[in-house]
Order: sequence, then structure tokens, then C-alpha cells
Amino acid sequence: MPTTDQPAEQDPLADAQAGPQNGPGAGDTDMLEGASDGPAAAATSFSRDELLKIYYGRLFPFEEFAKWLAYGHDSKHPRADATFFQRREFCFTLDGDIFIRYQSFKDKAELQAAVNSRQPAKIDIGPLYNVPPQRRNAYSGLGSERAFAPVERELVFDIDLTDYDDVRTCGKEGHICQSCWPLMALAIQVLDRGLREDFGFQHILWVYSGRRGVHAWVCDARARRLTDEQRSAIATYFAIYKGQENGVVKLALTQTLHPSVQRAYTLLEEAWRERILPEQHLLEDEESWQGILRYIPDEDVREKLQGRWSSGRQNVEGNINTFRWLDLAAEVEKARASAQRSKDFSGAHGLRRACEEIVFAHAYPRLDMEVSKKMNHLLKAPFCIHPKTGKVCIPIDPAAADEFDVDAVPTTSQLVAELNNAPADRPSKGSDWQYTSMAAPMQSFSSCFLESLVASNRASMNSQVQSAVAAPSLAW
Amino acid sequence: MYKNPPSGDVSLADFEIFAVDRLRVLKGIEEAKSKGQRGEQLQGTVKDLVDKHLKGGQNVAAAWKDAVSHFVLRLAYCRTEDLRRWFLAHEADLFLNRFREELLGDEQADFIQQNNLPYAMMQPKEVEALVDDLAAVAFSVGNSGLGSDLRNGQGRHFYKVAFEQVPDLVAGRRVLIRGGWAFLPRSDIASLVVGHFRAHLSKALVVTARRWAASLAEEEADRLTPIVDSLSSRYLGPDFGEARLLRSDITADQIPILAKQSFPLCMQNMYQHLHEDHHLRHGGRLTLGLFLKGIGLPMDESLRFWRAEFAPKMPGDKFDKEHGYTIRHNYGKEGKRTSYTPHSCVKIISATPGQGDYHGCPYRVWEKEAVRAALQKMKVTPGKVEEAVNRAKGGHFQLACASAWEGAHRCPCDTGINHPNQYFEESRKTLEAKDTKAKSALPATPLPAGAKQQFQLASPSTPMQTA
Repeated sequence: MPTTDQPAEQDPLADAQAGPQNGPGAGDTDMLEGASDGPAAAATSFSRDELLKIYYGRLFPFEEFAKWLAYGHDSKHPRADATFFQRREFCFTLDGDIFIRYQSFKDKAELQAAVNSRQPAKIDIGPLYNVPPQRRNAYSGLGSERAFAPVERELVFDIDLTDYDDVRTCGKEGHICQSCWPLMALAIQVLDRGLREDFGFQHILWVYSGRRGVHAWVCDARARRLTDEQRSAIATYFAIYKGQENGVVKLALTQTLHPSVQRAYTLLEEAWRERILPEQHLLEDEESWQGILRYIPDEDVREKLQGRWSSGRQNVEGNINTFRWLDLAAEVEKARASAQRSKDFSGAHGLRRACEEIVFAHAYPRLDMEVSKKMNHLLKAPFCIHPKTGKVCIPIDPAAADEFDVDAVPTTSQLVAELNNAPADRPSKGSDWQYTSMAAPMQSFSSCFLESLVASNRASMNSQVQSAVAAPSLAW
Repeated sequence: MYKNPPSGDVSLADFEIFAVDRLRVLKGIEEAKSKGQRGEQLQGTVKDLVDKHLKGGQNVAAAWKDAVSHFVLRLAYCRTEDLRRWFLAHEADLFLNRFREELLGDEQADFIQQNNLPYAMMQPKEVEALVDDLAAVAFSVGNSGLGSDLRNGQGRHFYKVAFEQVPDLVAGRRVLIRGGWAFLPRSDIASLVVGHFRAHLSKALVVTARRWAASLAEEEADRLTPIVDSLSSRYLGPDFGEARLLRSDITADQIPILAKQSFPLCMQNMYQHLHEDHHLRHGGRLTLGLFLKGIGLPMDESLRFWRAEFAPKMPGDKFDKEHGYTIRHNYGKEGKRTSYTPHSCVKIISATPGQGDYHGCPYRVWEKEAVRAALQKMKVTPGKVEEAVNRAKGGHFQLACASAWEGAHRCPCDTGINHPNQYFEESRKTLEAKDTKAKSALPATPLPAGAKQQFQLASPSTPMQTA
């Protein structure tokens, strides 16, 4: 710590060990500059590497991060397995796409030291192996029983907006904005409810991936022990979206809906009418509504709507997209009723499903299945910095997914600037993130996820002890 | 469940006879399945097979024979991954069908209890609480009988199972899941029990393999080892790999005629495109290349064949550079030096050819009309063309191929088609039997290397004719 009058201003600089501002006697002028240009301007004078260094040095929540991944094995509990954390694979990505796989660390301190010394652009979390990955070679060649193999892994999901490019009109590829975020929010809601209600999972961490997607980490003990086959089954259970053919989305829907699919539909339908349709302007211009009309199996209906809509905007109260959707639904229903009357049951059935199919095709979560299927698939760790956007991969509260604001996600330069303005008299060691915009996401990380996980880890270890006492073995 | 091996004395003769009898059953199941039997029909076949081969004989209790034969075959089939997979698949089918056939409702419940399987019968109250959702699932999987029963207060026998136990039902959304439990109607319990059976057997096979290799094989070298060795090679379905090559005397020049006479539609299609476009994309090169290897085209001839087909578009030296390696690789002469086996129907059917690809199973990939036209060009009899088209439409691609075979050769196909090389070999056998006049079994029409022979599926000459 520099012993100037205003150490707070210089803390990050000291950690960065770089920049002319750090020179002796330059303190006063810097403070003046910082004050006049505002915090953001001060921060932009750092290079990306420097920002990363400050972030890892002062802000990355190692304490909470390691607490999560230790699953209670960092305690002195008689059931705690001291090797637990150590058997976890971490992968560092260094500048120039250099991957260093099979890193493993004894505890939080070792992890923290390694991150600070290597400054990875990205940290991935892999599975827990039977032996510490770092020492995997020492165990090779001992026969198939002791082969190096993954034994535990959170069940993870990855959803990416690029997979929605055919159904969003606001932008493509890396683009993300408040108009397409509802699609992500919906994906979170559908999956979160399914995972909790159907599969009974409780400890689910949702994380913004830093750019255009979200990740889920299902951390229940039962989820961590799933085999690849079971992972794949769960992923498929949620995979209604099956890619597309000739511009029409293929859906795995049955004649009548499975209750979990029905539940998803209820969620989708509401979001579709209230946010997605109006905000994505899906029925406003011809190209986009043509795509939607393709799902209607009856040509007359298609032509009727097509004709009415291309003759220009009617005088519409409220949103044109919502208006046209109701128009579409009414026409489809009329055609269905008439098909029913003329005993064309398959035609009637197709029409009954048309609106449902449109909603599922446009709004149902599109998973990157490969990520979920295999235990040993790496996934970017929460709290990493996205290398392209500089945004922090912060947790998302699934109950408030709708209100999550992508543009408000803090970037490293913003955080560093905030740190510069942090009170001078804060403790020299400890969590500097609480003086920045990281505070709110960290609060949500603890209250939505970590606290209940820690409690349940403790409870399950205690019950293991109790059952061991209750059933004394003969091996005494 | 075959948890413990039987103890007692078995004569060496019985040891072998029992095992062979059981192999007949397993082999019978394999055949029945490749002919497309399923459900009750398959159950009937399995019952006949069991009655015929496994019911013991004079003085032999059925249970004794069942147990001994099972454990002997375990020894025989534990030694390689392929053998294990084959044994496991067919033992599981046998078990499933016997479970359904031989145990009635309550006996099944007893079986579940005796074997300590982790399923609990649901309490009536629990069923009541979920009855709407249970009915909705029944309707969604097309079981409207059960669905209406549930709504009418019947059909309330459900088992409660951890969802981890039934990954296939979870994946297909064929079951109701709540709070980590899957709720299965009693009728579905059989497939669940078979899952246990399979897992248990799979593990046991690996353990047996290790023990056998570690000690038993040595000790029993004079006594059991020869029997065990011969058992596993005797009945295993052919894989059309190198070991089984019937001939290796096919030359590149014979390919056009052989293609017309004896290639299945998938291979004809690839060959035709190769011949017309002088190019074939990777998937096609691999599938056709391995098939040709399987029919007995040696590596040098294979290189000659592909070079000639590519010649109009690609100079020889460029060909050698770009494709020579892959062909040698297929024959196990490059890279990791495994000799690759030709693709089976299952593999070909599961391929997903993209734009510009010609591999994959035509009966699956093509429109109805395209299949019909192609088969007509193959001179398949009209009745069989329709049969093939309908079977393909119904999703029975291998049966469709068998129909095409029958229509092209004008005689019944007893074996079913489950491998393109099998299609080819059956075809050669049949044609050679018919073709008693010709001296050589193979068409002998030497062509100058690289000559462009016009090959058309629509060739007016009869396909049976050898030049």
C-alpha cells in the first residue's frame, strides 16, 4: 500500500504495476485529472491487460467462488473430503488462444495465486476427476480401474442468442439488446421451472455469459452425479426445438402436449403476446410475417391474411403486431371450426396446432445440447470477463430475469473507475467488490444460490454422520 | 437376474450343448429383429425359441439349463467389446420378452421385490394428486386407453422411480416427472427391469473378462478354453471386415457391371453420381470406398478405380496427393493403421447427408417418387417396387431394401438386409447359382483402364445378364 494521503485512488494502480500515474510524486495531478474527467475517463486510460490485472487482484470474488466449488468440503467436518476441491479441473485461456487445461488447485489460496500470476483472459470450469487433474500422469498406466476419469460435474446449460437469428429482427450474431433479451429471460424461466418442478433440483445458478447468452449451473449433489446418458436425457427432455428445415422450425411436439410442455407453453404464450411480438416487430413487415404464415397449413387463411396485411396498415389501436396476431388467431380458429364441420379432422387438428407451433418455433429455448450432454465439457466460469465486451459474467436472479438489463452489466473499466472512487478508509484486505456495481449481483449470488447451497451441504454431511452412527458397521 | 452362477457339476458335453442351444435362441432373436419383428410378434417368436431350445431335455431342469447356458456364454462373449455388445443386446431382448411372457402382473411385482429393485408402488393418494397430469402424459404418448382409464378412476397402478433410472423415457418425454420422480404405469415396468438387467450384466461381463484374461484362460487351457473360444466365433454375425473377405479378386474393371447387378440402391446411387460427376464428397467416398473394400476390391484396384473415376476432373498426381492417402487409410495402411470395416445399414441409415452428399440410405432420405423411379430403373418387379416404397414410407428402411432385393433377383430374401455388403453377397450367391452356364462366377469384361463406360441405372439390358 502506498502511504500517500489518498491511498484509495492509487490502490488499483499499485496492483497494476504499470502506467505513468504510478510514478512517484504524480499522485496529485492524477487526482485532479480523475476528478475533472469523471471516473469512466480515468479508467479508459488502462489497457485491457491492466484492467484484468486490477479485476483479478481486487475484485474477483475468490472467497465466494471457492466456497461454491468446495461444496462444504472446505470445512473441518468429519465427512469433508480434503481432496475434493483439488480434483476439479480448471482451464485457463491465455492471450492468443492458448489453452492450459487440467489445472487444479489445493484450495482458494492456490487458485487465487495462479489466477493472479497468469492473468487468464478466460477461466473455464471442468469436471471433478477421480484424481487431481494436475497429477493425472502419475496415475496413468495403472490399469483400467484407476484410469483418469471425470466423476462429478454440475449439470450445465448454455443458451445463446445467435441460435435465434432467424427469429429476431433487432440484430444478428453478437448483437444483444433489450428487444431480444426477453427470449433469454423466457429461456431462463422455462428451464428453471422445469429443472425445479420436474427434476426436483434446488441449487441452480444462472449466469450472464458476458455477451449474448446465459449459462445455467445445476449444483445439487444429485445433478452433479448424473451420467452422460442421464445428462443427455434431461437435455433432450427440454429440446422441443429441433433445428430447421426449409426455413421452418422443426419441433418435437406430440399430438396433445406433455404437461411440462404445456406449462412451458403457458409461459411462452404470455411473453409472446406481451413482449416478444411487439418488441421484435414480428408481424410488421412482409418478410417476417411471411415466415410466420408458413406455419399455417391452410392456404386460404394464408392468402386472406396476406392480402389484408399487405394492403397497408389499418387504423390500429395499440400495437400492430399484437393486433395482427389476434387477427391471425381468429382466422385460424374460423378455418379450424369449418374444417371440423366438414369432418376434415386432420385439417382441423393442424389448424388447432398452428398458433401453438408459431409460439414454440419463435420463443421456445434453443439449447446448445452438446454442452449439457457430456460431463467433461468445459464451461466458462461465472465472474469471468468476456474478452470482447469486457463485461463481467454476473449471476442472474431467475425470478427477476425479465428485468435483467444487459446494458447495465458492469464492465471492467467501469468497475475500476468505481473502485477509484471507493472510500479511502475501507479495510485494506477483503472484498473490494462491495464498493462497486458488483455488489448487487454478488448479493443475488449469495441470496439466490450460495446460502442455501451451503446450508444443504452442511445438512447432507450431518445426515451422513448420523446414518453412519445409526448403523454401526462390524468393521469396528 | 442371473446374479449368482449355478454351482454343481456340468459335463463338458452339456457345457457346450447348452451354450449352443442358447446361442440358437439369441441368434433367432437377432434374425427376427432384422426381419422387422417387434412387440407381440417378437414375443411369440421368442417364446417358440425358448420352448424349443431352452426348456431342457430329458432329466434336465429348465432353470438349470437356463442358468448354465447363460453363464457359459458370458465366458465366451466377455472378451471383446464387440462380443459383449452383441451378447448384451440379445440377452436383454430375451430377458424382456420372457419377463413379459412368463410373469403375470403380481409375479412381476414379486420379482421386483425379490431382486430389491428401487421402485415403489405409488400410494393411491399420490396417484390421486397427480391423476390429471398422468392422464395428460398418457394421451401425449398416444396411450389414450390408459388416459381415459385414469380419468374414469381406473388404471391406478403406478410405480415411482428415480428419473435417473429411465433416461430413455425422460428423453422422449414419455413419462411424467415431478420432484425428481418418474411415474410409470405398470405396463412400462418391464423395460425398466430390463435396464437393470442390462446394467448388471454389462458390469458382470467386464468383470468376467478381466478374471478370464487374468487367470482362468491359463488354467483351463486344455479344457474349457477351446470350447469357449469356438463358441464366440461360431455364431457372431459377420462384420464384413477383412477377416471375412470371401474374395479379393475383384478388379476395378468389373465394378460397373457388379454395380448394376448386385449393389444395393444406396451404393448404386453413389456410384452413379461418382461416375457422372467425376466427384463424390467425403461421406460418399468413405461409405462407397469401404463397401468396395468389403466386396473384395484390393487396395491397388481401389486406387485405380477412384483415380479413373476422378480422371476427367482431376489429374492423376493431384488425385494421388488429395485422395490416395484416404484410400490407403481405409485399408489400414496409413495413420493409426486400423483397417476400417464397411458401414452397416444402421450406420448408413443414421447418416445425415447434407446438400451435395449422396451417402445415407435412399429409402430414408428420398421422396417416395424418387425411390419408385430408381427401383423401376433397377428392373425391380412392379409389385416389389410398391412394397418397398410403402415399407420405406413406414420407416422400415431395411425391409424396403429387402423388398428391392427380392424384386431385383426375383426370389425371396430369407435373411433380411442389414448390411450393404450382405446385400451384395446374397446377390452374388443367387446370381451365380442361376448362372450355371458361365464358366467364371464373376463377369469377366476387362476394360481398358480409365475407359469411360456409360453407366446408367436405366440401362435397357437386363440386369441379370453377364456380358
